[in-house]
Order: sequence, then structure tokens, then C-alpha cells
Amino acid sequence: MSKREEIIRVDHITKRYDENAVLDDFSLSVHEGEVVVIVGPSGCGKSTILRIMNGLEPIQKGEVTYRGEKVDGKLGSITRIREKVGMVFQSYELFPHKTILQNIMLASILVQKRDRREVKEEALQLLARVGLSEKKDAYPRQLSGGQKQRVAIVRALAMHPEVLLFDEVTAALDPEMVREVLDVLLSLAKEGKTMVIVTHEMSFAKAVADRVIFLDGGHMEEEGTASEFFDHPKTERAKQFLHTFTYDKVERE
Amino acid sequence: MQNLGIDVLFKGTNMMRLLGGLWVSLRISLIAVLFSILLGVPLGILMSRKSRIIRAITRLYLEIVRIMPQMVLLFIVFFGTTRVFGWNLDAEVASVIVFSFWGCAEMSDLVRGALISIPKHQYESAKALGMNSLTVFVFIILPQTIRRLLPLSINLVTRMIKTTSLVMMIGVVEVLKVGQQIIEANRTSSPNAAFGVYGTVLLLYFIGCWPISMLSKYLEKKWNNV
Ligand SMILES: Nc1ncnc2c1ncn2[C@@H]1O[C@H](COP(=O)(O)OP(=O)(O)OP(=O)(O)O)[C@@H](O)[C@H]1O
Ligand SMILES: [Mg+2]
Repeated sequence: MSKREEIIRVDHITKRYDENAVLDDFSLSVHEGEVVVIVGPSGCGKSTILRIMNGLEPIQKGEVTYRGEKVDGKLGSITRIREKVGMVFQSYELFPHKTILQNIMLASILVQKRDRREVKEEALQLLARVGLSEKKDAYPRQLSGGQKQRVAIVRALAMHPEVLLFDEVTAALDPEMVREVLDVLLSLAKEGKTMVIVTHEMSFAKAVADRVIFLDGGHMEEEGTASEFFDHPKTERAKQFLHTFTYDKVERE
Repeated sequence: MQNLGIDVLFKGTNMMRLLGGLWVSLRISLIAVLFSILLGVPLGILMSRKSRIIRAITRLYLEIVRIMPQMVLLFIVFFGTTRVFGWNLDAEVASVIVFSFWGCAEMSDLVRGALISIPKHQYESAKALGMNSLTVFVFIILPQTIRRLLPLSINLVTRMIKTTSLVMMIGVVEVLKVGQQIIEANRTSSPNAAFGVYGTVLLLYFIGCWPISMLSKYLEKKWNNV
């Protein structure tokens, strides 16, 4: 893995809200074609890491770079970096005043100044890929949560990003819609897309991850391949955490 | 059947005068609305910023406008300032000033409210697509703000039109004043004119405001959830 080019480098960063350190001396690097899954208990800083990688959250110490270039929300270069570092959020925020097609096309036209016809053609192909062709002229409020989230993924893909960051994209969905969204992510992984995924869906994590990072209390507690982490967790905290996803058979008299 | 006193309106040019009065009312409110939008929108954008000083000043302005009855404002501007500063202020101009002062405050508060009601995630998902702050504001935030704002500001416009009836107190001859004059002039010949004339004035206000409030209902329905 390390022979491939490093795309994102998070270098000894510290993130505080007021006095609380959410991340402390945290490092991570993401290489081309790699799928990194971040898991950990609620509030451990998973979303914060993704937001920092995209320059949405300032940091107090350390440095984040994208292909060697500094990622900082205050620098003018940030918009160019964000074109390349796509992000999909938990709460499927489509633009409610735009149709599905417009949602997908907007940034390519406004930011990348690409040809409208070409962008539209590609948007339609992407919609077909996630099975939502017939929704192209609908508005976001007319879609189910799972459909909206698939559109949000397609909207990020339309920018031709080099890396995609997914923050619990299924957490706000009804169980029966989780699958349709995760299938899209799995197919992206098969294509060799570089992704950083935060999820609570452990069987999905196991299936999709090249590398799993277990975060607890602002530290990287454990790191390993999917089978290393899920089948043979090394730390006590990781064992405990994984145990919360299993249920013991109720013994009855 | 009782004499409702509507007949006076068909004497001479009475009906035309009444409509002329309505036009004065509408003119004052529409010009004031224009100023309120031109000044209130930028002010509202400013107010949605986090600066403490700006917030304190604008809050003070808003509170003053809300606490002061419009009539008192009219008297201060028309009678007060003309005496103190010795200038000559047309009553209609004074009315436009007062109504703009009031409308601008209300408008800015509506703009501020609409702006801060846009979820933080709208900004973030737009930024995450590589849009710069200006693009985010113009293409994502502003259109949603306007959709939220329009029904509310239309409501403000109808309130302003109704409140213009106060300007007759400083001598502007608007629809209500014309009505009063017609009644006075026909006191002996049609003693019942008050009912017919004021009733007609009511109807004229209704005709002026109803389409506007229907438009607001329509837009609200059309843009609901947006
Ligand atoms: N804007 C903020 N101000 C103050 N504290 C914050 C803020 N945002 C997050 N935090 C705190 O930072 C910590 C990490 O938050 P983060 O959202 O990254 O957690 P998470 O791992 O994504 O949790 P979850 O699984 O619930 O999404 C939490 O303890 C949270 O309370
Ligand atoms: Mg989170």
C-alpha cells in the first residue's frame, strides 16, 4: 500500500473546542486507491477528522496536506482542493431549491466552468448508475432519505474528485434504505476509488475496508486490515467496542 | 330599504377623488416599500453577521421603531423637525420617510431571520463542492432566503398599506381623508353617507391588499419546504 502515492496526509494534529481536545496528536495518511474506514464510539472525533481533511474545521496544531499542498479553510487554494476532495454528510443536504439534475450539475458548471451539455450528459449517466434516472426533474423533498443520499453521492462524484470522504452516510436512514446506499459505496470501492469512510455499519466496514482505524478519546487506538481488526482486535477497548455490536443469546429458564 | 349613503359617491367627481386618495395611500406605501427593500436587505445581511457592535446598534434601532407608535414618529418628523431645523417638509415626503424608517427596520429583521434560518449544512455542503463564499451566497443561500422572505415581506407590505391611513393626521389627503371630506360636504343632503363612504373605503383597502395577500399565500404553497 505504501508504494502508492500519498494523497492526504494528516500530520500530528490537535483539535480543540474551547479547552476540550477532541483530537490529540493525531496522524493519518491516505494513499491512492485505498479505502480507509474509521470506526469508534459516538463523540470520539470521527466527523471532526473528515471535516478537517476538507478544511471545514480549523486546527490548533499540526498540518493537513493534500498532495503536498496545505489544507486550510482560510487559504484561497481551499476551493481548488475541495474540488478534489469530495465529501458527503450524514444529513443528505441537497439544495432544496434545485432539481435533482441541477443539484448534480451546479458545482461543475459554477466552479469548474465545464460545458453545460457535457456536464448534463454525465449527470444523467451518474443518475442512471444509482437507479434514479426518473427523478432527474424532481425536487429533493420528493425523494426518500436513501434516494437523497444517493443523489448526494452522485453530486460529489460529478466533480471528479480524487478522494471521497463519507461521514456516516447511512446513519439518518431507515434500515431498509441503508443497503441501497452502501451498495453504491461498495461499487465505488470496486472501481478503485480512494475513500475515507466513517460508519457504524460493521459488516459493511469489514467488507469495504482496506484499512480500519479505531478511534477512541481523540487517539488512534488501533489500526489494521479489516480482518485483523474485526477478527483479532488487539486492544481491550477495541474488543469492548466490537462487542457492543453483538448480542448474547438470552438464556431462559 | 334603508338609505346606505352610497349615492353620494356617484355625485360629481366623488368616486374619482376617492380613487385618487387610494392612489396617494398606495403611492406612499409603495415608495416606502422600495426604500425598505433597498436599505433593509443590506442591513439585514449585516445583522446576520456576528459582530457584537453591529448587532447592538441594529437591535436598538429595531426596538425604537417597534416601541414607537407610527403616529408619534409621523408627528416628530413632520411637526418636530420642521420647527427645530426650520426646513420645509412636504407631508407626503414626511410620510415616506417615516414609513421607510419603519419598513426598513422590519425588513432587515425579516432578512436576518430568513438568513439565519438556513441550516449550516447548506453552507457546508456547498463549500465541500468547491464553491467560494460568494458563489455559495449567491447561488445557494440567497435563493433560499428569498423564498422564505417573500411571503413575510408581502405581509409587511399589506400592513404598511393599511397603516398609511395614519398619514391623514399630518394633512396628507389620502383615501380616508377624501372619504371624510365627502361626508362633511354632504352632511345635510345625505346624512347616511358615513356608512356608504367608509364602507367603500374599506372595500378599496380590501381591493388593494387582497391580491397581495393571495399572492403571498400562493407563493407560500408553491415554495413550501424550501
Ligand atoms: N462545534 C462544536 N463545539 C464544541 N464541541 C464540539 C463541536 N463539534 C463537535 N464537538 C465535540 O467534539 C467531539 C467529537 O465530535 P465528532 O462530531 O467528531 O464525533 P463523532 O465521532 O463524529 O461522533 P458521532 O459518532 O456521534 O457522529 C464530541 O465530543 C463533540 O461534543
Ligand atoms: Mg459524526
